Amino acid sequence: MKSAGLAPKQSFVDTILDIRGLSKTYPGRGNAPPVTALDNVDLQIRKGEIFALLGPNGAGKTTLIGAVCGMVRPTGGSVSAFGHDMAKDWRRMRSRIGLVPQELSVDIFEKVHRSVAYSRGLFGKPADPARIEEVLRTLSLWDKRDSQLRALSGGMKRRVLIAKALAHDPDLLFLDEPTAGVDVELRRDMWQTIGRLREQGVTVILTTHYIEEAEEMADRVGVISKGRILLVDDKHEMMKRLGRTEASFTLAAPLDSLPAALADYPVTLEEGGRSIVFRGGDGSGLGKKQVAEIARILVNGGIEFDGIDQHESSLEDIFVRLVDEKGAKAA
Amino acid sequence: MSFNLTSAFTIYRAELLRFLRTAFGSLVSPVLTTCLYFIVFGAAIGGRMNEVGGVPYGAFIVPGLLLLTMLSESTSNASFGIYMPRFTGSIYELLSAPVGVAETLFGYVGAAVTKSLILAAIILLTATLFVDFHIAHPVAAFFFILLVASAFSLLGFILGLWADGFEKLQMVPLLLLTPLTFLGGTFYSIDMLAEPWRTVALFNPIVYLVSGLRWTFYGQADVSIAVATGLTLLFLTICIVIIGTIFQTGWRLRE
Repeated sequence: MKSAGLAPKQSFVDTILDIRGLSKTYPGRGNAPPVTALDNVDLQIRKGEIFALLGPNGAGKTTLIGAVCGMVRPTGGSVSAFGHDMAKDWRRMRSRIGLVPQELSVDIFEKVHRSVAYSRGLFGKPADPARIEEVLRTLSLWDKRDSQLRALSGGMKRRVLIAKALAHDPDLLFLDEPTAGVDVELRRDMWQTIGRLREQGVTVILTTHYIEEAEEMADRVGVISKGRILLVDDKHEMMKRLGRTEASFTLAAPLDSLPAALADYPVTLEEGGRSIVFRGGDGSGLGKKQVAEIARILVNGGIEFDGIDQHESSLEDIFVRLVDEKGAKAA
Repeated sequence: MSFNLTSAFTIYRAELLRFLRTAFGSLVSPVLTTCLYFIVFGAAIGGRMNEVGGVPYGAFIVPGLLLLTMLSESTSNASFGIYMPRFTGSIYELLSAPVGVAETLFGYVGAAVTKSLILAAIILLTATLFVDFHIAHPVAAFFFILLVASAFSLLGFILGLWADGFEKLQMVPLLLLTPLTFLGGTFYSIDMLAEPWRTVALFNPIVYLVSGLRWTFYGQADVSIAVATGLTLLFLTICIVIIGTIFQTGWRLRE
């Protein structure tokens, strides 16, 4: 799968966001027990990377963003960005952060260019019509600059939210479910936009439950479930470490037992002896190599097969497994 | 404490532009209502009423009518200003921006005060069409109107933060401010009331506002201008302290 202009790994030298022991517990309503939305979260984000925070609904992704961006008051832990501590130097910290929320929360009666210019001014930046035009053109919104937001489609409104978040030239951009509810074409469009932002040096943290999105764009991936970070790793390293290959050989004639030559391979005889199934590899290509070896062994042994159905595990498979396994342990 | 002037003016400007978007409705309705009061109480009935403290009745009610509209509009404008972003969810932008309570108040409350001053000017101009009056202390009148508009815009801002529905937004202006203003000497001097109602009326805070403004117009009032100004300043200070506490604790703003 293509990666959107990956920068060399060695360029990720500085930690620009440092989250330590971040917790958020909501008091229970009535007799209900308190709800822990974030449980002692540690997370460091490197300059220039695209970091995807994966998690099922209700995992704590939006709460984590809210705690960093000022919508949620943490009950514990610390956050610092660009060396500015959130508790003491929140103004400087926030001035360099942009946020695209999950919900399409806008003043629908406002015009596009005014809304974007407002965002720039709100962050204390002087008016700069040329910069606003540049942002609007980049997001294909220039033609709609005089339209009221209520006249725009959902996808267009989402672009306006991105334009608003970019209007003050942030160094760190949070995108909370940027492609939720948008069509495939717009999603691809959005991915390109995010790729361009990274090329401009913007660090991007996106939350998503579309694994494909993380697989397409992210340099590193974090998995969060029930308010806990289960794993943070380089995307390719994660797939290499946790990836698996599954291949099924459909046999021309059923076998009673596995050939002795396959004893060293992680294979099983299934479907009443009609298929040999390989489950192994490590995501580094070893699995593919072993599948090829098995095919040769079968051919040399005179065992005919009609087809091979091979599948490399995706980030989604890894994600589901992680959430199931580690989530179960945490419970 | 740092103050970001650009952020503050951005909010202020956006709020005024929002007001201009609905300027017709925002201005016509209160001005029309005030005209009706002047026609009924000033021109029609006023001519048959005795002077109050040497002031013709039509002129006597001008300060009270001005306040009747201003208190309600200041409160409503400021409460809607901050409630709407809370309602639509666009408050996220304010909360995530490097903006503190000072810039927020300057923007939202400053815009609400400006709207009230514009409205006050229009109402006074309208009043000249119906009754003859002149303002004895115009500078004092301006500052007193500014003070009252600020205090009630701050109250409106608190309401906008407190309300969790449109019904609650309307509750205080309609169910509290309007009745208190009617009973606060808008159409009469509380000296015209018999005891114990005169004493009871002194517990109505609006009495001090109407009386204070009336002094700036005609140099005479039911209560001292110093007391009226002092109480209004106290009310304004209490509102600022409440808003400061709300921002510090994040009540109704941050989860």
